[in-house]
Amino acid sequence: MSSIAVPKRSPLSEALKGARHAASDYGSIWSWIATVDHKRIGILYGVSAFVFFVVGGVEALLLRVQLAQPDSSFLDPDAYNRLFTMHGTTMVFLVIMPMSSAFFNLMVPLMIGARDVAFPRLNAFSYWTFLAGAIFLNASFFTGDILSGNLGAPDGGWFGYAPLNLPEFTQGHGMDFWMLGLQMFGVASLAGGFNFIVTILNMRAPGMTLFRMPVFVWMTLVTSFLIIFAMPVIAVALFELTFDRLFDANFFNAEAGGNPLLWQHMFWLFGHPEVYILILPAFGIISEILPTFSRKPLFGYAFVVFSGVAIGFMSWGVWVHHMYTTGLGTVANSAFGITTILIAVPTGVKIFNWMATLWGGSIRFRAPLMFAVGTVAMFTIGGLSGVMHSMVPSDFQQQDSYFVVAHFHYVLFGGAIFALFGGIYYWFPKFTGKLMNERLGHINFWLMFIGFNLTFFPMHISGLLGMPRRIYTYNSDMGWNLWNLMSTVGAFFIAVSVLVFLFNFFRSLRRGDESGPDPWDARTLEWSIPSPPPEYNFKEIPTVTGLDDFWNQKYHEDETGRIVPTLAGGSAEAEAPEEEDESEHGHGIHMPSPSYMPLIASSGFPIVATGLIYDYALVPVGFALILIGIFGWVLEPATEEE
Amino acid sequence: MTLADYRKKRGEPLIREDADDAHDDKHPSAMEYVQIGVILAIITAVEVALYYIDMDFTLLVTLLCMLSVVKFSMVVLWFMHLKFDATLFTVLFSSGMALTFAVFAVIIAVQRGSLT
Amino acid sequence: MAHATATDHMETSTGIDNRKLLMWLFLASDCLLFGSFIAAYLLYRGRSVVGPYPEDLFDIPFTSVSAFILLMSSVTMVLALAAIQRGNVRNMRIWIFTTAVLGTLFIGGQVFEFTEFNHEGLSLSTNLFGTTFFVLTGFHGAHVTVGVLILMSLFVVSMRGGIQQKDSLAVELAGLYWHFVDIVWIVIFTLVYLIQP
Repeated sequence: MSSIAVPKRSPLSEALKGARHAASDYGSIWSWIATVDHKRIGILYGVSAFVFFVVGGVEALLLRVQLAQPDSSFLDPDAYNRLFTMHGTTMVFLVIMPMSSAFFNLMVPLMIGARDVAFPRLNAFSYWTFLAGAIFLNASFFTGDILSGNLGAPDGGWFGYAPLNLPEFTQGHGMDFWMLGLQMFGVASLAGGFNFIVTILNMRAPGMTLFRMPVFVWMTLVTSFLIIFAMPVIAVALFELTFDRLFDANFFNAEAGGNPLLWQHMFWLFGHPEVYILILPAFGIISEILPTFSRKPLFGYAFVVFSGVAIGFMSWGVWVHHMYTTGLGTVANSAFGITTILIAVPTGVKIFNWMATLWGGSIRFRAPLMFAVGTVAMFTIGGLSGVMHSMVPSDFQQQDSYFVVAHFHYVLFGGAIFALFGGIYYWFPKFTGKLMNERLGHINFWLMFIGFNLTFFPMHISGLLGMPRRIYTYNSDMGWNLWNLMSTVGAFFIAVSVLVFLFNFFRSLRRGDESGPDPWDARTLEWSIPSPPPEYNFKEIPTVTGLDDFWNQKYHEDETGRIVPTLAGGSAEAEAPEEEDESEHGHGIHMPSPSYMPLIASSGFPIVATGLIYDYALVPVGFALILIGIFGWVLEPATEEE
Repeated sequence: MTLADYRKKRGEPLIREDADDAHDDKHPSAMEYVQIGVILAIITAVEVALYYIDMDFTLLVTLLCMLSVVKFSMVVLWFMHLKFDATLFTVLFSSGMALTFAVFAVIIAVQRGSLT
Repeated sequence: MAHATATDHMETSTGIDNRKLLMWLFLASDCLLFGSFIAAYLLYRGRSVVGPYPEDLFDIPFTSVSAFILLMSSVTMVLALAAIQRGNVRNMRIWIFTTAVLGTLFIGGQVFEFTEFNHEGLSLSTNLFGTTFFVLTGFHGAHVTVGVLILMSLFVVSMRGGIQQKDSLAVELAGLYWHFVDIVWIVIFTLVYLIQP
């Protein structure tokens, strides 16, 4: 708190102040390292998440090469296990979650008319802790003997079931890296969750009641609540695993009376809300894209909001549907079967509202809309296979088969990833001032759409034909050959589509067309400020008078009910280009100063983790760094005087 | 305009009455805090005494849980000031507690056999 | 253009201070942390394959005293807050220090209890009771330790004049955390120690 500042100026505090001042120069690398600006943190998250998307994608390609043909020995079983573990863990924790965080960071303050989040340094701390965890987890690859093909990475699956996650069954330190790395993601997510709840509840522009907030902000709010309640549960599961693995405890030790099902309960009690954490931001993104490219308001705003809240609540009541086949008995299975069927309802409500938004609209098939519509279609398919899983007897057939793999890739790739790509195409102009190339965007979309369906649709079939998950190869006479080959071909299509995307991205950065503040003629507040936004976001905090306030400033209905532009005096020139202030100074708006303390605190975590695995002497060193970072953070003023 | 100007324009108070806690008359006095402390001590003594009394186990559990709930509530409502503070805090904290209780009751019921 | 800092002294949409809202969110979240550990304890209660068992080891009088101490530390904590809210810095310092001392006494009691149990043959790896008991009460003890650290930090800052009546929020937030740690112990004391099937 800045109210508790170190009273006298010591040489140390002068040096720290100088270092912070140096980081204020937005051109320097230090300004990235010490940034507390939500827009920069958002970019850091987005770039990192994309890098790991490529890493996870390469892992997937390796798996698909191995599975392209029966009786293949491209990868040995050990390498296969490590790769699918890392692929799953990476895609969930290092791609979808941080990419969602990127959008929370970039968009929420702008959409609610704020200058930053409630706790900018906590925001930076979230990012650096995430990055520390991501590097730490991937470092595990090198702890085996990578040159002789012995990857040191974890091999217990992304879900790490007991007792397989115990030392007797997984040699080496891979699972230690997994359990400790995941804890770091947990800390990062928790910090972010707290930050965004406070931001959304407390920092809205005047007149922006909760029901005048964009749907994306609502979804961020619900997701953040899910995060703060779900992450502690997996943290405990991971602590219990840590004690079992490192200190010989008995949480999952069947010999001592422990129950491996405790792991499953804890993991899925976290895990089910987690999948809604993964999809709700995506739902938020497409709830912004669809209205813009239909030139119509979102149909049933209140229903979309309430169904999101309902999904949040109900997500806590379904976790056992991941455990139908573990022998919990008829009553438990039936009860959770019912709750699981019910949770399809609010999602269905959203799908219908999205379709109704498009219906009768003036549709412009720009790249963001392609991805958004793709999301709705693909998520519906994934949702339908999900409903099939909710039926207990069906699930007994489908569990642990490729049918499950098909389901979750349809909802997570077809649902979340497509929406995230849509979000990138949609908001790229806002943060770069340039448009991405439309033609390349369409090529990207179609390649990805075709590749995605070619990869994952056949898995429904091979799954129902009995192909189990997590097998490194299969016999030629099982009837699975064609489907696997198709999946592998599809996977390479996806890879090409990602290359097209990257080409588009970098080319547009360098020589894309100028976008101006509002290239899509959109509805929400972020489009009322320059592209890219100035450091302080809004020159003057707007006053909001209704939902889609920016649109209402631009347009009104004439006597015949047609939508016509509101002429001069309306805020199409809310931030006229000539008012753009290139310099950070002279606008009288004091933004929080950069800070190194979050990074210092974050750096302690991987040191503690490494120490726990290799040398206990490192543990106090790591804790000391965390403490120094935190004390420095609390004692420094949030904003230095100039 | 700033939030302060906006509130002035609409004739709303700058700081909401029930927002944080800004009113001394709503604070318990130091003496009241000490009195609550004494009650907490007494309840604890009663709980320990009950532990030593021979009684039906279910009855013991019921009584001990009730007493603990009273202690818990007194600390939360008065020491943590939840009784006098913004309702939002009560909603948030109760949600955490309710969720915890609900999900873990289910897990224990499922695993210790009563829900199979 | 008003010289408004982006974070400090901001009016908020709800009228609630950002930091106080953060602390309550944190406490709500922490409920799930402790709930999970308590659930593991209750799930495994009575299922240890070998001893020692709780009834062999628990010293209810001793633990009652330490529970009492922690409870009283909540009283001193709220007295510290009452003092600083009235502008009495000196009394606030005294009460904060006392709270930290009581907290340290509690930890001392925990350490003593752990060592005693250990001498009687109970460790993390002995049985389910050892595992679940030490981890649950250990995490609680870690929370108390962090609390003592926070209190002593406030004490030191206050000794340098850094906490005045206008800074009472800092003490209030520390108090919320401290009371939470206390109420978790109320739950643990009853469920783990007093209720033994």
